[in-house]
Formats: sequence, structure tokens, C-alpha cells
Amino acid sequence: MIVFADGAGKETAVKELFEMFLTFAKVGVMTFGGGYAMLPMLEREVVGAKKWATSEELLNYFAVGQCTPGIIAVNTATFIGYKNRRIPGAVAATAGVIFPSLIIIMVIAAFLQNFAEIAFVQHAFAGVRAVVTALIIQAVIKFFKSGVKDITGFVIFVLAFILAGIIGISSVYVVIGALIVGLIAGRLGRCKEQ
Amino acid sequence: MTYLLLFYEFFKTGLFAVGGGLATLPFIYDMSARYPEWLSIGDISNMIAVSESTPGPMGVNMATYTGYTTGGVFGSLCATIGLVLPSLIVIIIIAGFLQKFQESRPVKHAFYGLRPAVAGLIAAAAFQVFKVAVLTLEKFSQTRSLADLFDLRGLIICAVTLVLLYLKPLKKIHPIVYILCGAVVGIIVY
Repeated sequence: MIVFADGAGKETAVKELFEMFLTFAKVGVMTFGGGYAMLPMLEREVVGAKKWATSEELLNYFAVGQCTPGIIAVNTATFIGYKNRRIPGAVAATAGVIFPSLIIIMVIAAFLQNFAEIAFVQHAFAGVRAVVTALIIQAVIKFFKSGVKDITGFVIFVLAFILAGIIGISSVYVVIGALIVGLIAGRLGRCKEQ
Repeated sequence: MTYLLLFYEFFKTGLFAVGGGLATLPFIYDMSARYPEWLSIGDISNMIAVSESTPGPMGVNMATYTGYTTGGVFGSLCATIGLVLPSLIVIIIIAGFLQKFQESRPVKHAFYGLRPAVAGLIAAAAFQVFKVAVLTLEKFSQTRSLADLFDLRGLIICAVTLVLLYLKPLKKIHPIVYILCGAVVGIIVY
């Protein structure tokens, strides 16, 4: 799929870019709590509704986004945008995902300096956090199913969880380590071809 | 000049902060040491609190906030675009490379190792949010009584949501609905 070259007219391409912007803006406005909290929304909007990527590709993008510079949300948006509509798509998706933050934070910075201290905001977010926890647990189960295919995969999963979640090692090193393990396992022929 | 500086500082942050929103924090602290007129340490804690209680990626929230307090609307645009630009460029290059080589064996093998690791990292992230939302570790470390380990309200909200998420007839409900319900329930019970 190359932009402007898939038989569709320029108008359709612009429409699709706008659609991409809107979809990612929707994901941006519904993501509470950073990169990983974005997963359930991406699953629903990008994988489910628009079919711009598969669950497995989403995992790939998160892996790359984890060990490349920048914010994971932006990295993932750029990836999906580029895959479907090349550079214009990458720009549209990225602009979309940051757009709601820009507006919301500007309003807060301008009018609500003590926004985070307002009691009902704190209470609402205590509730939101508990819901987001459930959503991320659901994402873990989903991505466990699509990412862990055999015993080597299971060992990598458990090790990654312990290293990053309990010992607190930076996810950058976990990703680089897993990459090396993948390459070695591949060499040894332990890797199932898909 | 301030605008250029904002752009430059956040471009650097975007280029060197690897590993997501929280990885930008050391850069922001460094910024507040070099440009005390931009933001103080107190501003940073305030910003973290705001970032955590608004939607959107944390790094973007922080850049927008700093940019706005330093240079208004245009300042926040400069800071945010600066932060995002390195990712955009780097990922476009990598995405092009990946599309070319995604069928090659080393790339396949690398992702074979990476996918379960990312699933593990998501589990780690889930554990971190779980700790904040559902556990009360401070109280537990004082009393050592199991009853004090969990914040009952958080635990119930989380458990009920999880059950609802897996109920077949409710599969169509958008996750944002649960988040909004969570906010309402939070205001009522906390």
C-alpha cells in the first residue's frame, strides 16, 4: 500500500489521512496513564475497527518503540501510520495522538494550575486507575496469547516480567536482551517458523 | 529565542530519552536545573500529577505544560514538536527498513524473542499500576496485617471491571465506557 498509488484518487487519500488523524486523536484522548494504557484502545480502534495492524504487529511496534528514542505512544502511532500511508500517514497518526494532550494540557496550564489537587479529580482518578489496571490485565492476557507460542517464549515472558516489574531493570535492556535471545534461539533452530 | 531553546531542549529529550514517558523525567529535571526560570522542582511534581490525571502520553503532556508556562501556546507547540520529531524520523527510517526485511530470518528471529518480552513488559506495567491502584503497601509495611495490603475499593473496582470485560454479551462495550464509570464510582466511593 503506497500513498496515492493504490488506485484511489488524491481526495480519498486525504480523507484517509484525516481518518487516521481522527482515530489516533480518539486513542490519545482515551489513554489514561501513558504508553501501555494505550494498548486496549489501540486494540479496539486500530486492530479491531480499522484493521490497520494486527495484534502481533502491535507487539512488534511496541518492542521497537521500547528501545528507540522517544515516547512509545508516538513511536507506535508513527509505525502504524507509516505502514498504511507512508510518511503522510506517519505524520497524520502522530499529530492525532498528541493533539488532545496539547489542547487539554494548555487549558489546564492556563486556567487550572491546581488541577491535580482538586479533591474530586483525585477521587475520579483513583477510580480510573483501578479500571485501567483491569484493562491492562486484559491486554496482558491477550498479548500473552499472541506473543508466547512455546516454552522459550514463556521463559522470556517470565524473565521480562521479573526483571522489569520486580527488580526494576530498564525495559530498554530487557528488550535488547530478548532480541539477542531470539537471534540465538533462531540460530539453534528453536524458533518455530510462522 | 526562548522558542528555539524550547524546541532544542525538547528535541534533545526526544532524541535521548529511550523507553517512554518516564524516561523523559531525568531530562526535565536537568532542564529545570539549567533554566530555573522555565520551571522549578515543584512545577515538575505538579506536572507529573497533572500528566497522570489527564489523558494522553505523559511525555507529551510534560512538554506541552513546560512549553505553555514558558512561552504560551506557541511555546507549547515548539516544545511538543521538538519532543516528537526525533521519534517520527527514527521510526520512519526503521519502519522502512522493517518493511524491506520483515521476511528475512534474522528479523523474524529477533521478533520471536521480542514479542514474549514485550508481553512480559506489559505484565510488569500492569503490576506497577496494580500496586498504585489496588495495594496499600505503606500501610501494610507498618501493620503487617494482610487486611491492610489491599485497598478494598480499588480491588473491587478492578475485579468487577475484569469480570465485566470477559462477559460475552458485554464484549461490544468500548473500554472508555468502563473508564468513565470508574471516574464516577471513584468520585462516589473515595
